[in-house]
Amino acid sequence: MKTYAKFAVLIVIIIGTLAWLATGGIKETKTYYKTISELQEMKDPHGKRIRVGGDVVPGSIRRNGKEVAFVLQQDALKLNVVYRGNDPLPDTFKDGAQALADGRLDPSGVFYASKIQAKCASKYEAAPGKPGQRPVYGASGQARM
Amino acid sequence: MENLGALSLLLALCLSVYSVLSSVVGKWRRNPFLVASGRRAVYAIFVLTSIASGILVHALMTSDFRLAYVAGHSNRAMPALYKFAAWWGGQEGSLLLWSWVLSTYAAVVVWQTRKKHREIMPYVVSVLMITQCFFLILNTFVASPFQVLAIGKGITEAQDGQGLNPLLQYWTMAIHPPMLYLGYVGFVVPFAFAMASLITRQPGDAWIQTTRRWTLVTWMFQTAGIILGAAWAYAVLGWGGYWGWDPVENASLLPWITATAFLHSVMMQEKKGMMKVWNMVLISATFFLCIFGTFLTRSGIVSSVHAFAQSPIGKFFVAFLALGIGATIWLILDRLDYLKSESHLESVVSREATFLFNNLILLASCFAVLWGTMFPVISEAVTGDKISVDAPFFNRVNVPIGLFLLFLTGVGPLIAWRRSSLESLKRAFLWPSVAGLSLIVVLFALGVRHFYALMSFGLCLFVAWTVVTEFYKGARAIASRTNSSLLSGVIELTHRNTRRYGGYIVHLGIVFMFVGFTGAAFNKDATHEVVIGDSYRLGRYELKVRDVRAGENENYSWDHAVVDVFHNGKQIGTLEPERQFYKASGQSVSQVAIRRRLNEDLYLNFASMSEDGKRAVIQTYVFPLVSWIWIGFWVVLFGTLICLVPSKYRLQYPKTEVVAVAGKHAPVES
Repeated sequence: MKTYAKFAVLIVIIIGTLAWLATGGIKETKTYYKTISELQEMKDPHGKRIRVGGDVVPGSIRRNGKEVAFVLQQDALKLNVVYRGNDPLPDTFKDGAQALADGRLDPSGVFYASKIQAKCASKYEAAPGKPGQRPVYGASGQARM
Repeated sequence: MENLGALSLLLALCLSVYSVLSSVVGKWRRNPFLVASGRRAVYAIFVLTSIASGILVHALMTSDFRLAYVAGHSNRAMPALYKFAAWWGGQEGSLLLWSWVLSTYAAVVVWQTRKKHREIMPYVVSVLMITQCFFLILNTFVASPFQVLAIGKGITEAQDGQGLNPLLQYWTMAIHPPMLYLGYVGFVVPFAFAMASLITRQPGDAWIQTTRRWTLVTWMFQTAGIILGAAWAYAVLGWGGYWGWDPVENASLLPWITATAFLHSVMMQEKKGMMKVWNMVLISATFFLCIFGTFLTRSGIVSSVHAFAQSPIGKFFVAFLALGIGATIWLILDRLDYLKSESHLESVVSREATFLFNNLILLASCFAVLWGTMFPVISEAVTGDKISVDAPFFNRVNVPIGLFLLFLTGVGPLIAWRRSSLESLKRAFLWPSVAGLSLIVVLFALGVRHFYALMSFGLCLFVAWTVVTEFYKGARAIASRTNSSLLSGVIELTHRNTRRYGGYIVHLGIVFMFVGFTGAAFNKDATHEVVIGDSYRLGRYELKVRDVRAGENENYSWDHAVVDVFHNGKQIGTLEPERQFYKASGQSVSQVAIRRRLNEDLYLNFASMSEDGKRAVIQTYVFPLVSWIWIGFWVVLFGTLICLVPSKYRLQYPKTEVVAVAGKHAPVES
């Protein structure tokens, strides 16, 4: 039985280490998915990494050097977003496009994004399962399985 | 034509139900004619799904835009290869491909076993056909590829289609999905045999022997599919990586992990009669993860941040998974008596222990990936907040797991069964350990401070050393006995036990891949806005923009840059990254330019034109050692093929049994 006790100890150590790494990893990288209305109802949104989605209000995109400011809209609700990332914005990021902004909410109410994903709203029908609907790499995922 | 296609799918569906019923009833009633007709139905289903697939492909090739699927995934200007590849470019088509591959596999299984395994085959056929039935229901009622565009759906006429997503118009993308499907679908076969052997209460491991080649071949397809996907991401997506822990990638990885665990743990069952329940669980988990992966990608449950992809198809998958997993668990629990272990673990330092840890670690990795992928769903269910985790989470857990696995890869094959003495450990591992540690010291002295990278390189050398030593020792013995060269010794050695030495080659390939993965610790990148004549530096390269121009053809318009690469003032090459804007789909895609070398890749991506349209935004990356991933893949492929070659001598695997106990009963000679 001693052998089995040794195995048990080793297994506990291994699983424990991995669980510790995993919880650390979750704490470090967790990002909240929110719609604009949920964001406004969120109790303590500041300092948390948040991903918020909506439509880009036509005509609201203003560029200022590397900084791009625009307004996201969901029904009647609006959110001012400022993008300060290194990567160039995707081409699909245009007036009226559906966009996802990844970043943090400033106490002033402005959302500072470090990453923007967008898809062109007009091009794809809303029917399920058509390409172009995965936010990250367009339709890549559709056919990768 | 499309009616004929839909009709053949419907007929196939009816036949699959018939096949399940006639196989099971025929077996119960001991009516061989019913059983035989169930088997023939499998052939008929293969013919019918082939007809349906043929019709869809024909419609794609002839640009029949009356069909919604063709209009949505093809256009006139597309090259023929991609018109064909559009078969699996979208939901309906790829589900049809699933069905077709499954029916092909089922037909092959039925053909292979026409004179064998009478006892279990009816159940094998019914498990296969239940799965087939599920996918045919999807093909027929939920995601029919033969939907005709109708007025009133927003489209009154279709002059040209939307075209295949341009990201998919790349050669690896044309073969990557079928490869993955061959792998995914293939696991239904060992699963079906496992279940059939449980149902009929077969003792022993006959199902493992029977399906060993199936398992290996499908594992090989899965590996190929995953690596092709990575190669595609690297060369096409332009984000300068090959793996991003995206839910879809994870979905393809999960069954691969459990399949790898299965490939290892069956050896425990074959040689020691241990881990029988475990193997049942692993093969079932692999099969259901394959289905789950399809579900994950098809339903959009995870990637749907908001309404990006909502699909009614999810419900069907959930139902199938719930029923299937429930039935499997019941079956395993009900027949636990037949899965009793024949021997016990004796020592922590033994071959058995390394297998155990290998499985534990692989499962932990699988669980972590699954957990991370499903985290948005889980957290929403538990706390109400939808929370996602990113690549750093996956890396944090999986990098140490990977390194530990690498360590086991070196230790496992050389350590003795049952228990190892200190002396034998020293004999086997002294020099590999010395080599690995010295490499770490040397690299540290050269200024490498990345902890995981140091560990990884050290372990890579350790494992490679053990593998090469194994080959060398065996080959030298043969060569000196037969007076032949060392090379023919290696060939002879491998031929004598293809399974073992093929396995070593696979391990060596994995080592190469780890070398490639580790290179990522030293990646460099920079983004520049440039005009013609500009130059900049990254790493040891100096880059000079010679030309930026634009143009178009009937399929897409493009921006193109010509960049000369210099090193130490000498020109070493020219890279031409391009960015294409596809007219039919309104999407753009990068054609990155890569200078591939064994030590590092130089990678240029034409990201976009700047705001004023005058400057080109070019992203430059240096990826050290990344080529070794692809080299490692070819080695893995080669090793797997070696494993499939029959050994020169038919090997018996004697199980260790207690023959006699030394002591008072044993005759003692004095």
